[in-house]
Amino acid sequence: MWAYLLRRLAAGIIVLLVLSFGVFLMVALSGDPLAQLRANPQTSPATIAAAAQQLHLNQPLIERYWGWLDGLLLHGTFGTSFTGQPVGAQIAQRLSVTLKLVIPAVVLSVLLGVVVGVISAVRQYKPVDHLSTGLAYLFFSTPVFVLGLLLKDFLAVDVNKAAGHTILYTVGESTPGINGTWNVFVNEAQHAVLPVLTLTLITYATWSRFQRAAMLDVLNADYIRLARAKGLSPRRVLFVHALRNALIPVITVVAIDFAALIGGALVTEIVFSWYGMGQYLYNGLTGAESPDVYAVQGWLVVAATAVILFNILADLLYGLLDPRVRYA
Amino acid sequence: MHEVTRPVIPDTADAAEGLTIESRTQLRLAVERFAHHRLALGGLTVFVLLLLLSTIGPVFWHYGYTAITNQFATAPSAQHPFGTDLIGHDLFAQVLAAEATSVKTAVLVAVIATVIGTTIGAVAGYYGGVADALLMRFTDLILAVPLLAILLVLANKLSKQAGSWLWIALILGFVLWANLARQVRGAFLSLREREFVEAEHAIGASDRRIIMRHMIPNAIGPIIVSATLTVALAILIEAVLSFLGLGIEPPQVSLGYLIASGQDAAATLPWLFFFPAGFLVVTILSVNFIGDGLRDALDPGSRR
Repeated sequence: MWAYLLRRLAAGIIVLLVLSFGVFLMVALSGDPLAQLRANPQTSPATIAAAAQQLHLNQPLIERYWGWLDGLLLHGTFGTSFTGQPVGAQIAQRLSVTLKLVIPAVVLSVLLGVVVGVISAVRQYKPVDHLSTGLAYLFFSTPVFVLGLLLKDFLAVDVNKAAGHTILYTVGESTPGINGTWNVFVNEAQHAVLPVLTLTLITYATWSRFQRAAMLDVLNADYIRLARAKGLSPRRVLFVHALRNALIPVITVVAIDFAALIGGALVTEIVFSWYGMGQYLYNGLTGAESPDVYAVQGWLVVAATAVILFNILADLLYGLLDPRVRYA
Repeated sequence: MHEVTRPVIPDTADAAEGLTIESRTQLRLAVERFAHHRLALGGLTVFVLLLLLSTIGPVFWHYGYTAITNQFATAPSAQHPFGTDLIGHDLFAQVLAAEATSVKTAVLVAVIATVIGTTIGAVAGYYGGVADALLMRFTDLILAVPLLAILLVLANKLSKQAGSWLWIALILGFVLWANLARQVRGAFLSLREREFVEAEHAIGASDRRIIMRHMIPNAIGPIIVSATLTVALAILIEAVLSFLGLGIEPPQVSLGYLIASGQDAAATLPWLFFFPAGFLVVTILSVNFIGDGLRDALDPGSRR
């Protein structure tokens, strides 16, 4: 297993290197960050040259990439974004915002997905199964931003109007200037409800289908029939014999999707104005001084590392939970 | 589909008693399985109706989608069944045009992604060795970068030059093939060991013939299912890109664009949000149901 782990990690590092080079080229060639500056007739050529010098734009691409990689590997720095701030500190701050959104959403989605999936499987083709299937289809056919806008522009407005004061906030992750641990917590929770709900509804839908399929597979297995024939209580058969085995495929899906959400909760973040990782990427690519190569590279390192690590973790977990799996 | 048509053997004794067993082609079996899938039939009906409405509707409707009327932000009425927007466009005409653009884009995406995915998967799975290793590492690479990042870079660069449906379709098509390539490779790895392929080799058939005439037809079920689900995914992603301002741009309209431009006024002029959003969700839903029915019909072994 250790040899397997090392080999996967080594392969992951190579993928990261190739990716970072590819994305660096793609982003650096996709536009001119000084376009606005150049378009302004008031700017002197000296100013433009100085800006280009500061952003390393006057160096050949390979040299710029090498400089970035050198900084990352030897000094642990992510470079400076075009706005003049260090990318590392920005990313750390953005990541904490994103995790505040993604972790509660993933926890809720797992609970909801497993419960709904199991009930659906046990009551296959009964009304409750049809209902949960219908809802799952509805949610994964709904774009995130449509669901988000629906909650933001209609549910939140109605709830707040009915309550007479703001219960559900729709913009940002907290209100500045609030004191006291408890008050801050309540305020942040009020901001988090709608974005977390949006992400949860979209995410649990897929997972509940996986859970249902896995559960149906297991429930039709011979060892379940045996357990029932031995006269074990239905509860014990369901939770100890069936569910524990049916969780295995779901866990791997959850691990992989969680990693993808770290870099890709972009749309939810934009709808609710949360300045997380997704927005960071979006601004780096489309903002005033775009393309901001170093910002995008910083995002890429975190997002792609998460995807690669969680893929490896998923495979390891699979082997741990199902001893029949051998690492080849 | 590998069409194995069994000849009808007339059995006089049985025929007399009305017991003739009719031979059924695999295609017919698939059609019958599909017809038993109620949700899939419903999805197909709705999708066809939407297609007809969005292609034939504009011919008869008295407002063009770019025409500006003198009624601004009016609620739905007999004259404007979906209301009008802030600059006086008739929303019904716009939604029909947007529906047509979204579906047209998504279908082209599915065609491109399916051709690329099938080709790469087939070559990797059939030849194996170095070709397989190279192509699959490339596929893994595409899958490792979060999809949105590639799309943002490409769409940002290209859509500014031409925010046309064709560009968006090309971009999406060149990004969405990776999962299918893996699937086709998997199918080919097992198919190439089968006797009928060996037999083709023995009679001297060319690689091209074996792949095109024997292996792809045997793997066609998952390919068609994947193509259908790609249509749904492409409608969804195009809408997200339009929402981010990186998708289809005026004068062309897509459903995502209409929702995005209607969202600012959503609370006071809700029809600007609900009509395009409703069409978008119903379209994606119907395509997903069709895909699900096709999976049951063509690929009965696999269950999600």
